[in-house]
Amino acid sequence: MPPIPFVMQLLNSLAALLLLLSFAMLAQRRVVTLVNLFALQGGVLCAATLLLAWRTGDGNLYLSAALTFAVKVLVMPWVLHRMIRRLGVYWDTEPLLNIPGTMLVGVLLVVFSFGLAQPISALASTATRSAVGIAIAVILLAFLTMITRRKAMSQVVGFLSMENGLFFGAMSATYGMPMIVELGVALDVLVAMVVMGVFFFQIREQFDSLDLDRLESHKGER
Amino acid sequence: MDLLLVLATPLAGALVLAFFGAHRRAPEINVAFSLVVFAAACALSVRVVMHGAATFGDDQFFVDPFNVFLVALTAFVGLTTALFSRPYMRIEMADRRMTSGRLRLYHAMYQLFIGTMLLALTTNNLGLMWVAMEAATLSTVLLVSLYRTPASLEAGWKYFILCGVGIAQALFGTILLYIAAEKVLGAEGVSALLWTHLDAVKGQLEPRVLSIAFVFLLVGYGTKVGLVPLHNWLPDAHAEGPTPISAVLSGLLLNVAIYAVVRCKVLVEGSLHSAWPSAMLMGFGLASVVVASFSLWRQRDIKRLFAYSSIEHMGIITFAFGMGGPVANFAALLHMTVHSLTKSAIFFSAGHAAQKSGSQSIEQIRGLATISPTVGWGLMIGSLAILGVPPFGVFASEFLILTTAMRDHPWATPILLVCFAVAFAAILARVQPMVFGDTKMRRLPHSPALVPVFVHLGIVLLLGLFVPPFLASWYHAAARLIGGG
Repeated sequence: MPPIPFVMQLLNSLAALLLLLSFAMLAQRRVVTLVNLFALQGGVLCAATLLLAWRTGDGNLYLSAALTFAVKVLVMPWVLHRMIRRLGVYWDTEPLLNIPGTMLVGVLLVVFSFGLAQPISALASTATRSAVGIAIAVILLAFLTMITRRKAMSQVVGFLSMENGLFFGAMSATYGMPMIVELGVALDVLVAMVVMGVFFFQIREQFDSLDLDRLESHKGER
Repeated sequence: MDLLLVLATPLAGALVLAFFGAHRRAPEINVAFSLVVFAAACALSVRVVMHGAATFGDDQFFVDPFNVFLVALTAFVGLTTALFSRPYMRIEMADRRMTSGRLRLYHAMYQLFIGTMLLALTTNNLGLMWVAMEAATLSTVLLVSLYRTPASLEAGWKYFILCGVGIAQALFGTILLYIAAEKVLGAEGVSALLWTHLDAVKGQLEPRVLSIAFVFLLVGYGTKVGLVPLHNWLPDAHAEGPTPISAVLSGLLLNVAIYAVVRCKVLVEGSLHSAWPSAMLMGFGLASVVVASFSLWRQRDIKRLFAYSSIEHMGIITFAFGMGGPVANFAALLHMTVHSLTKSAIFFSAGHAAQKSGSQSIEQIRGLATISPTVGWGLMIGSLAILGVPPFGVFASEFLILTTAMRDHPWATPILLVCFAVAFAAILARVQPMVFGDTKMRRLPHSPALVPVFVHLGIVLLLGLFVPPFLASWYHAAARLIGGG
């Protein structure tokens, strides 16, 4: 077996770090820490993109690394922290499933993701194809975070983390989507942030809480 | 040129109305922009009739018989809804349910919503289609929660999170499609996501990756179509927003989402040489028909009632596309057209009925035929049309779908028939007292402008009796393109 180049080893460890951060987010109940973990995940993603850009010499990848840094490391965590302060939501309530249980489900999801990634990484021509499984795992773990949380704020962080996984998947399997698509996706995510912010204040105004349990049973059904 | 006008006018309209949306004449400005879009869409349709399918702007945009009729339909319903919303919103302002800030948001977002749907329909780039679909969701989220009641906030949040998660799955599917396509078409340039290019090489795409991609795409865009079990957001979103928004969500957005699913299905089926994507469409479609038609019995809110009816019809259309073949595809396309026209007409009448009675609760709405005959008859005729009573277009398409099912998939026919009967009884049992029941209310003064309702129902009636040759040839061409069966 030929030795794996150092850059690739570094990339693989960054991918592993990404997965680790997803698990940390799954277990975290303090909303402030959750946002910090999300920012860290963005940072790791940015580092991985830069490394890949340097290795392939692809100009578009430098651009998308810069985009990741600006949007996911600076703007979003800043906006989220501001919202947390202004709304005073610091702790999530007890998740629907207790934390050890959630972790176990998470481990199963990772196994499933690697199974699913098999045919995809077999096809991908990139050097980083082993990371596709990790990308799918990050997406599914973020999904799990969203399902098990009750606070609107934690659900949103889960949603954004899912986008990180998608981005990592696109990058590791194809060196990124066409630039116009990537720009459009970034724009959509930013607009989604704004919409969420407006929503938080509306929900808060109406219910005096961001607890989504209050949002039930307003339906016109029997 | 006409395509540019179709895409740029709504965006310009959104910008203008973002500043003047609360102006005294803002509803007329809204109508004017919609009129320009409709005229441009007509020009585009004429061009396709004359010269056939075409691509524009370096293959980034394209029109073919499959999307041109949806572009025309979207522009038409966008125009009539703008006409309807003029008096509707004036009454809402008078009732103090709308403030000027909300009206501005409403007008700007209305134009943006129409624009993003038209972009999703005409773009050749599957990535851009995703971006436009997501933008269409985002532009309507704040409109669903426009009234800021607890129920509307819940609806808005659900719509936002469920569709957001759903559409994230679709993005992953798109990425997978890109991975497979890049192998064949190369990563240079951006041709690997262009639908026409993919369609040309679909036989060479790696089937295993495409099947995984299709699952994600179907779940993703299927959430937006409102397929069971991903339909949870739909009744809330349609019931709680202002009525013009219910009409365009139900009449147009669901069509665009189905369009996305079918475009992807064509590629995947061409690569797989097997019919399981079709089988999945049939399964999801049938499940939606069954769940929605039985859920109709539990509804107490007039707009939720018709929202569930939309799920049922989306199920019928998905099922028909799943069966495939020239006849079923033709019927599905016809059904998309007539459902869109009929359902928006029903929402127009239902909106005025709720305004007159001061409530959306079915029990509070009584005796529309005495209070306001136009609204009452609009609702009654619309309901009969959507239930598939003979001379209307819905009957024609449902009849074609049923006969195809009888020939190709006989096991499905009794299920469909039972569901149609259940839906018929459920809707009629609720609409009949609303229209003809006893009421103590007197006939109300302001007469609503319901021209759009009767124009829509008139077209549906016409389509039931006679499909114009250019439309029929589009349907046939699109049905060939979609294939299957």
